Amino acid sequence: MKLYDYILSPSCYKVRLMAALTGVTLDIRPVDFHPGAEHKGAELLALNPAGSIPIFVDGDLILTESSAILVYLAAKAAPEWLAVASAEEAARVQQWLSFSGRLTASLGGARLTEMLLRPGDIGALQAQGVLALRELEAGLVEQSLRGMRFLAANRLTVADIACFPYVALAPDGGVSLDPYPAIRLWSRALRGLDHFIEMPGIHRLHELKPEPHIEAGEA
Amino acid sequence: MTMQAMIDEWYPVGLASELDQTGRATALMGEPIEVVCDENGDAKVTGSNGRVLPVRVRYGHVWSSLGAPKKELFPIPEADQPGRRFVDVGVVRVRCSPLRAIENFLDIAHFPFVHTDILGAEPHTEVQNYKVEIREDVDEVWATQVKFYQPQAAKSASGGITTEYMYRVPAPTCSVLYKTCPPRPSEWDVITLFVQPLAEDLCDVWPWMALFDDTTSLTDLIHFQQTIFLQDRSILENQIPRLLPLDPGMEIPTRADLTSVAYRRWLKRHNYTYGAQLVAQ
Repeated sequence: MKLYDYILSPSCYKVRLMAALTGVTLDIRPVDFHPGAEHKGAELLALNPAGSIPIFVDGDLILTESSAILVYLAAKAAPEWLAVASAEEAARVQQWLSFSGRLTASLGGARLTEMLLRPGDIGALQAQGVLALRELEAGLVEQSLRGMRFLAANRLTVADIACFPYVALAPDGGVSLDPYPAIRLWSRALRGLDHFIEMPGIHRLHELKPEPHIEAGEA
Repeated sequence: MTMQAMIDEWYPVGLASELDQTGRATALMGEPIEVVCDENGDAKVTGSNGRVLPVRVRYGHVWSSLGAPKKELFPIPEADQPGRRFVDVGVVRVRCSPLRAIENFLDIAHFPFVHTDILGAEPHTEVQNYKVEIREDVDEVWATQVKFYQPQAAKSASGGITTEYMYRVPAPTCSVLYKTCPPRPSEWDVITLFVQPLAEDLCDVWPWMALFDDTTSLTDLIHFQQTIFLQDRSILENQIPRLLPLDPGMEIPTRADLTSVAYRRWLKRHNYTYGAQLVAQ
């Protein structure tokens, strides 16, 4: 399974994170997205005419939508992440997978504008990002009233992975997460998972690491 | 805040490789400027009232100044050394003081906590003694004999090594780092941070590298450096106060911060205060 990857792309990180959490090994092919704009070059456009990353290749299968890649990894390696046991859960997963596109467009757009100087109406992107965060916060609070800890079920699903990166990186685009306690608890639960991996801007929880232990004579 | 002393300094304003005739609208210390490629193929920078600003094209970047630079752009002899690979890492905008961006680059104590398992790792958090001086002959801040244990010091490093560093500040918003070169122990890898001050609390950062590494792909080299710098960015944007305090009282330095102390002292001595806070508030 080959992933055309950019280390700073939250959409690529979704795939790397899902793979890490489910024990899948990916063959990573780095793409010079910035400053090289390699994703707009002939080789990658032939794979993905939309000119976006990630691009995922497994045999004859080429996927260019991160949600589809998450579903594929889950179906192959960890079907419980699909949460299809009840109609309601299956539908909630789809609801949040689609919703994640709004996070990409708003918070992701604000981040590209603020950080990598891509053109965009920063005020409008941030305002749309805040609306999406408020909706996500309300969704998590409602789930907790139902006794559910995560977006679609009482366990992690692909929906959580689809929504987490752009939310966690909202401050990169100048959008604060301070007003959203449910989001911050949810983010903390994700960052505390075994086999969780970081990306630049999403730091690990140092306090969850074992206490540092120094051998005698070690500097 | 006084602009005068810093106005005569050189600043990066764009990548030489991205120069085109459409031009790039950007800013320098609050003034809108434009960077274009003129009809002769040369870089041209104009200020807000159309005046033509001084230009240099060096170290992969276009350099300019709002004033009249009294000194030539600082030398990096390694930029002319055969066998090195030169890497344009690309711009990253950071909502912080340009001086804070440089100061963070000079700090090693944060490595185990911010660049965990790459440039540092617990429990190897101790910063051993190192030497810091302001070299009067060249008027630069230098830190030498800096040693730190690093799990993955460079893309070309396999496994943990104790890396040696030298830091150099030749201009108020530029720093040059010399560090152990894993494939060629007799040489130093050169990693720079060139900072373009847009405002006192906003900057565009242009990292650039001159490395001995014939095996790693260019994209991997870029991604390695972008990973490191983007880990710093989220910290830099949350530092308080936003401006760099040059007077004592606001922040208490420790022994590990000797380079920062020298840098702040050097800034204050030269009145390099754009992006600085002078009286503790």
